[in-house]
Amino acid sequence: MSDHEYTPSSKFGKWFNDRLPLLTLANHLTDYPTPKNLNYWWTFGGILTFCLITQIVTGLVLAMHYIAHADMAFSSVEHIMRDVNYGWLLRYVHANGASMFFLAVYIHIFRSLFYGSYKSPREIIWILGIIIYLLMMAAAFMGYVLPWGQMSFWGATVITNLFSAIPLVGESITTWLWGGYSVDNPTLTRFFTLHYLIPFLILGLVVLHIWALHVPGNNNPVGIDIKKPSKDTVPFHPYIVIKDAFALLMFCIVFALFVFYQPNILGHADNYIEADPLVTPAHIVPEWYLLPFYAILRSVPDKLMGVVAMLSAILILAALPWLDTSKVRSAVFRPLFRQFYWILVADVLILGYVGAMPAEGLYLLIARVATAYYFAHFLIILPVLGWKEKTTPLPLSITEPVLGGSPNLAAARSDEKIEKTIK
Amino acid sequence: MRKLKNIFFVLIFSVIVLNSSNSAEKSPPFLETKWTFKGLFGKFDRASLQRGYQVYTEVCASCHSMKYLTYRNLAEKGGPEFSEAEAKAIAASFEVTDGPDSTGEMFVRPAKLSDKFVMPYANEQEAKAANGGAYPPDMSVLVKARKGGADYIYSLLLGYSEPPEGIELDDGVYYNKYMYGNKIKMPAPLSDDLIEYTDGTKATAEQMSKDVTNFLMWSAEPHLEQRHKTGFRVIAYLIILTVLVYFTMKKIWSRVESKV
Repeated sequence: MSDHEYTPSSKFGKWFNDRLPLLTLANHLTDYPTPKNLNYWWTFGGILTFCLITQIVTGLVLAMHYIAHADMAFSSVEHIMRDVNYGWLLRYVHANGASMFFLAVYIHIFRSLFYGSYKSPREIIWILGIIIYLLMMAAAFMGYVLPWGQMSFWGATVITNLFSAIPLVGESITTWLWGGYSVDNPTLTRFFTLHYLIPFLILGLVVLHIWALHVPGNNNPVGIDIKKPSKDTVPFHPYIVIKDAFALLMFCIVFALFVFYQPNILGHADNYIEADPLVTPAHIVPEWYLLPFYAILRSVPDKLMGVVAMLSAILILAALPWLDTSKVRSAVFRPLFRQFYWILVADVLILGYVGAMPAEGLYLLIARVATAYYFAHFLIILPVLGWKEKTTPLPLSITEPVLGGSPNLAAARSDEKIEKTIK
Repeated sequence: MRKLKNIFFVLIFSVIVLNSSNSAEKSPPFLETKWTFKGLFGKFDRASLQRGYQVYTEVCASCHSMKYLTYRNLAEKGGPEFSEAEAKAIAASFEVTDGPDSTGEMFVRPAKLSDKFVMPYANEQEAKAANGGAYPPDMSVLVKARKGGADYIYSLLLGYSEPPEGIELDDGVYYNKYMYGNKIKMPAPLSDDLIEYTDGTKATAEQMSKDVTNFLMWSAEPHLEQRHKTGFRVIAYLIILTVLVYFTMKKIWSRVESKV
């Protein structure tokens, strides 16, 4: 993995390292040459690792007190909130941690979209990321079912019912998923098992994600290939470590504000009502981070096609490295793409908003237009843009002077400056 | 670029405005009252919690259960903080069925601190039968289970009025402007001087509503005070650490010409 050979200084270290090269790995991780112009959008990888570890640790302790049984799940959660030492803290960290995890992953994904990090040679990193994201959604959805509140129960009913849209075998698959003829105790216990399993699958994939990253190295705001190590790079430790730590602490402050002062604002009040199969809530809505996809699902009148559209909306991302035909990675040098990028961001936010609203009238119309645009962005705009767009000249390196009046380096730092350089 | 960003913010802003005006149509804004438990250092008003318990036990408890509460909670820190003797006396005024004893018989005994709050009905069916088919919800986490939380509960308790013209109400259904759909099966539970407060406070409907809502907020979030206290410390610690790390970062990065 590393470019240079590493020899431990101590005799025992050398003996050990010859047999299991952990020290070589540690050396690689500390010396890992990182582009020195990475901005704060690049700190979310570290933040996400922190989120995953936090979820696993708090989840482990919660699992010691939680009872996965339809008759006892709700009251065991209340037991955690009331009688377990710091149980309220564990649960609020875990519940808000899921939201924070998604907040960070969306920033991470949209950073990648802006700077073209998914392009060659980083396609595998990107696809691994999409799989992680899919697993995150599965884990979050099943986790939301565990407290066995009204939204848990009815959310589970709506989502598992989607499988019944599959022709011929749909009904049997749904019954198989439920472990019965409706969402009930067997559904809860299997969701709990899977909810426990998936984070460890994610952990494994994160290792691969980072491994795949360490082969070509980080992309950077300028988006050009750089020599490693060189004047353009800094060793991971201490430069990136301290910067990631700073960003993580800022993130933790926001996290703490939610946990300690607004712990329930991201949840739905109905989930504090115990699940009742006989009473359907007025509006069944998923957690905020799934709303854009929920909007896409409901914008299609046909159930099967709705499911297909929703799945495609995620899977289309996996094809992104080939849909985006532009050779230039960073949006900094792609004036047109940059505009479409922000429209896409707005589009996804609009989808999220209408996903929380009843699917009728104007909301439904907006959802349909936004869904169509979402797909058009990836299937039409990006491929065409790659051929048509006139990009601005790229610098030769991050530090070295650039040829012939191209944008200055600061361009990659702030939008204010980008505007000036373009004019 | 800037233009686009402006459009973007206008969009978000309009969405927010649209949303708030939309929800304003559905129900009137909640009645305003000052809650001591809100804010960075929010704490419960101890006397109000004790009065709130009195309202609960003398009025609400005849229909509404609080099955996640235990009598010992009444004496715990951060709650109404009755003395242990008082909490024991409260518990002892209720009867619970225990057993089986050594002869295999169930027996009735006075409740202890470790017992859960005694339920008004044996089961949901009995509760429904006694209340015209409507199930009086368990009140342990009721504040968290309703959009609007404490403000909603407080407003609902005071939101009874004669129905506006054109609205027909069935027998046993009452008009409440804060209730979802405006129809509620619970008759107005509180009226001036319905109970006599042991601490001499005048028992107006507003006072009782506020006290019992305080009590319900505590029962839904029994560790709220500890949460606020811990939260302040955690955030203060994080801010100090962030500042220190910031200067460390500046120092380290001063070795390379790149800015952070």
